[in-house]
Amino acid sequence: MSKSEAISWYRIQEMFRFQSFHMYGIIGTAVAIGVISIFFIKKYQLKDIEGKVIVIPDKEKGWKKGIFGGTIFGMGWAVTGACPGPMFVNLGQGYLAFLLIIVGATIGTYAYGVFKDKLPH
Amino acid sequence: MLELIQAPWPWYVSGAMISLIMILMFFFGKTFGFSSNFRTICAACGAGKKAKFFDFDWKTQQWNLLFLIGSVIGGYLSANYLNNGQPLQLAESTIADLNSLGITFDGMMNPLQLFGTENLFNLQGFLTLLVGGLLVGFGSRYAGGCTSGHAITGLSNLQLPSLIAVIGFFIGGLAMTHLIFPLIF
Repeated sequence: MSKSEAISWYRIQEMFRFQSFHMYGIIGTAVAIGVISIFFIKKYQLKDIEGKVIVIPDKEKGWKKGIFGGTIFGMGWAVTGACPGPMFVNLGQGYLAFLLIIVGATIGTYAYGVFKDKLPH
Repeated sequence: MLELIQAPWPWYVSGAMISLIMILMFFFGKTFGFSSNFRTICAACGAGKKAKFFDFDWKTQQWNLLFLIGSVIGGYLSANYLNNGQPLQLAESTIADLNSLGITFDGMMNPLQLFGTENLFNLQGFLTLLVGGLLVGFGSRYAGGCTSGHAITGLSNLQLPSLIAVIGFFIGGLAMTHLIFPLIF
């Protein structure tokens, strides 16, 4: 992610303004290869290193958490230019300010855990 | 050869490597999803006593914490050994848009104007960083995943809830970028 600049706040701004194909290229390539790979994994019932057939769990059903949670996430993504993975990669690159973002994300996660029963899912 | 690795990598290389990570994870009996690390961190800090959501055996998720540590190391290595020192090649239109918001493009990964350490010590900088993080943390847990879990793994597995989440990501990101940024910057 560092080398392709996917961790860059600037690239995320570019993405949300549709001013470059770059980020869409990264995600699109990953998904294209992913779809084909998962197809073969399932078709041939491939096994993991413990000899168990690979089972990829389905995501929980329901649209509300995706739209509401997703929108909140997306807002944060635009502000910080980072989703969870890049937060830590940027820290490794020397941007200490990401420590505060990481603290924020941990508190945000905690807040969700506390309030989740009151939220629409 | 080293110059090739030190130059920025094209999107198809990155996309392929991300997919490879996801597939490797499957072969280790895991799934690729980064945001659950925050849930694990909360649980490890004792949040399980305050909310049922964090009351689980977080030690089973240590493999993902290792991935997290690896990503910090990866960032360090790439910044210090795999960098060619050239400025990021950003679209002209983006540079212009950021200028009109008062944000200067400095050719680095992130604008020092917003992510320089001094921002920890002024109120606007501090709040932007903290609230940005809060939104990502809360939103990803609520949606049940972030870009790795939904946009990459979920979409590759043709999961409708993941498509809905990704649509949400974009609604939020576009609203913030086009409607709210002009108000706060």
